[in-house]
Amino acid sequence: MRMTISKVNFFYGSKQTLFDISMGIATNKVTSLIGPSGCGKSTLLRTLNRMYEIVRGARLEGEILLDGQNILTQDVTSYRRRVGMVFQRPNPFPKSIFDNVAYGLRINGSKAPISEAVEKSLRHAALWDEVKDHLHKSAYELSGGQQQRLCIARALAVEPEVLLLDEPCSALDPISTAKIEELLVQLKDLCTIVTVTHNMQQAARISDFTAFLLTGQLIEFSPTPQLFTTPGDPRTEAYITGRFG
Amino acid sequence: MSPRLRWRKFVSGFMLAMTGVCAFVAVSVLFLILGYLVYHGGTSINWNFFTKLPTPVGETGGGMANAIVGSGKLLLLATLIGVPIGFFGAIYLAEFSGATTAFVVRYAADLLNGVPSIVIGIFAFILVVHPFKHFSTLAGGFALGLMMIPITLRSTEEFLRGVPNALREAAMALGASKWKTIASVIVPAAYRGILTAILLAFARVAGETAPLLFTALGNRFWSPGWNQPTAALPEMIYRYAISPYDDWNRQAWAAGLVLLVLILVINIVARAILSRGIAVPRS
Repeated sequence: MRMTISKVNFFYGSKQTLFDISMGIATNKVTSLIGPSGCGKSTLLRTLNRMYEIVRGARLEGEILLDGQNILTQDVTSYRRRVGMVFQRPNPFPKSIFDNVAYGLRINGSKAPISEAVEKSLRHAALWDEVKDHLHKSAYELSGGQQQRLCIARALAVEPEVLLLDEPCSALDPISTAKIEELLVQLKDLCTIVTVTHNMQQAARISDFTAFLLTGQLIEFSPTPQLFTTPGDPRTEAYITGRFG
Repeated sequence: MSPRLRWRKFVSGFMLAMTGVCAFVAVSVLFLILGYLVYHGGTSINWNFFTKLPTPVGETGGGMANAIVGSGKLLLLATLIGVPIGFFGAIYLAEFSGATTAFVVRYAADLLNGVPSIVIGIFAFILVVHPFKHFSTLAGGFALGLMMIPITLRSTEEFLRGVPNALREAAMALGASKWKTIASVIVPAAYRGILTAILLAFARVAGETAPLLFTALGNRFWSPGWNQPTAALPEMIYRYAISPYDDWNRQAWAAGLVLLVLILVINIVARAILSRGIAVPRS
C-alpha cells in the first residue's frame, strides 16, 4: 500500500461532503474513483495532495498516510512534490514547452541537469517526438491533448511517488483520450496512479482497482474486474449498468 | 420589398453609420490634437528648446530644458512612490485578503481616484511643503505618486484576478509556495496588463498641472537636488499659455507637443516590449 486513507470525513464549512471513507491505494497500480457528479470523488482526490486546503473553510477529519507517514503533519509544499496532480482541463503555464516541464525542478532548486530531466519527462509522457524540435515555443501552440500530456510531463518532472488525475480526459477528443489512457497504463511502473473519472468504460480499461462513491460515501472498493462483473452492492450494480448517474 | 423590411434596412444602415462615425470621432480627436500642436508648436521646437533655460521676458528664444528635466524627476519620484504601493497592494487584494477587506480597500481606492487633483495638491502642500517651509521636487513627486497609487492598484488587481485559477492550482500542486506561485506564475501571466496599467497611470500624472502649482511651484532656472522648487512641462504650459507674449504662447504649444510625443513614445516602446513573451489565451 502506497497510501492509506482511514476514516476520512470532509467538510466545506458546515456541509459534509465525505463520510467515513477508508481505503488503500496500492503501489504501482492504477486506482479509479468513479461515481455520479457531486459524489465527492474529486474532493477525495484533492485530499490526497492536500489541495483542498486552498479553499477557505475546508476541513478534514481522519488520517491519510503516505508510506506510513501522516500527510497532514508534513510541510505542505514539500509534501505536494511527492504527489503530483493533473487537472480536468489542460492548464499549462504561459511559458514555453520547456519551461513548463522545468518549472517544478526550478522552484524546488533541483541540482539535476534540467534539460535532461525535461527530455526524460517528455518521453515518459509520450510527447517528446512531437515537441523536440520546438521546445521553446509557447505551450499554448499545442493541441488540447498535447497540452494535457505536457501537464502530465510537468507533473512527472519532479518524480512524484503518486500521480493524481482529476478527469484528465474530459476535455479531450477520443483520439487524445486513447493516447492518455495508454500512457497511464505505462506510467504505472513509474509511480502510483489515482484517477477520477465519470467514464466507467475508462475506469474498466485502465484501472486495477476501482472505488465507487455515492453522495460522499464509499459504496464499494474492489479490484476492477470484480467491481464491474460481480458488484457486491446493488447501488454499484445500478450505477454501472446505467440505471442512474 | 415590403415597407417594413425597407424601414428595418434603413434603421440598420443608419445605426451602422452612426456607430462608425462615433468610432471615427473617437480616434480623430487624438490626431486633431496632434495636428494642432504640430501646427502651432512645431516651429518652436529646435535644439535650443531641449537644451536652453527660459529667457527673460522680452527676449525671444530660449528653451525648457529645466522643465523637461524637472518633469522627468517628478515622474521618477511619482513612479517610485505610486507603483510599488499600488502593485503590492494589488497583490494583497487579489491573492490574500478576504472579501470584506478587499471591498473596503477597493472602494477607498476608487474614492482616492476620484479626489480632484487640486485637492491632492493641497494635501501634499500641507504634508510636505509646509513642514519643510519650501516648495520642492519632493513635494511634487509625492503629490503625483499619490495619484498613481489608486490607478495602479485597481488595474493591477483586475489583471491579477484575470489570471485563471487553474494556473494557481497547477503551481501549488507542483509544490510551489504561495509567494512562489505569485512571483513565478501569476505576475508573469499578468505582466502585460500590469505594465499597461502602470503606463496609463504614468501618462495620466505626466500631464497633471494642478497638484504641481502647490508643490513643485515652478522655477525659471535649474533645480539642483530634490529639495528646491522645480519647473515641469505641464506647469510651464500653464504659465506660458496664459502669458500675453506670442513667443511664450508658441513655446507653450511646443511644450504640449513634447509632452504628448513623450507619452506616445513611452506607450509605443512599452507595447513593443509587451508583444514579446507568451500570453494566456482567452478561454
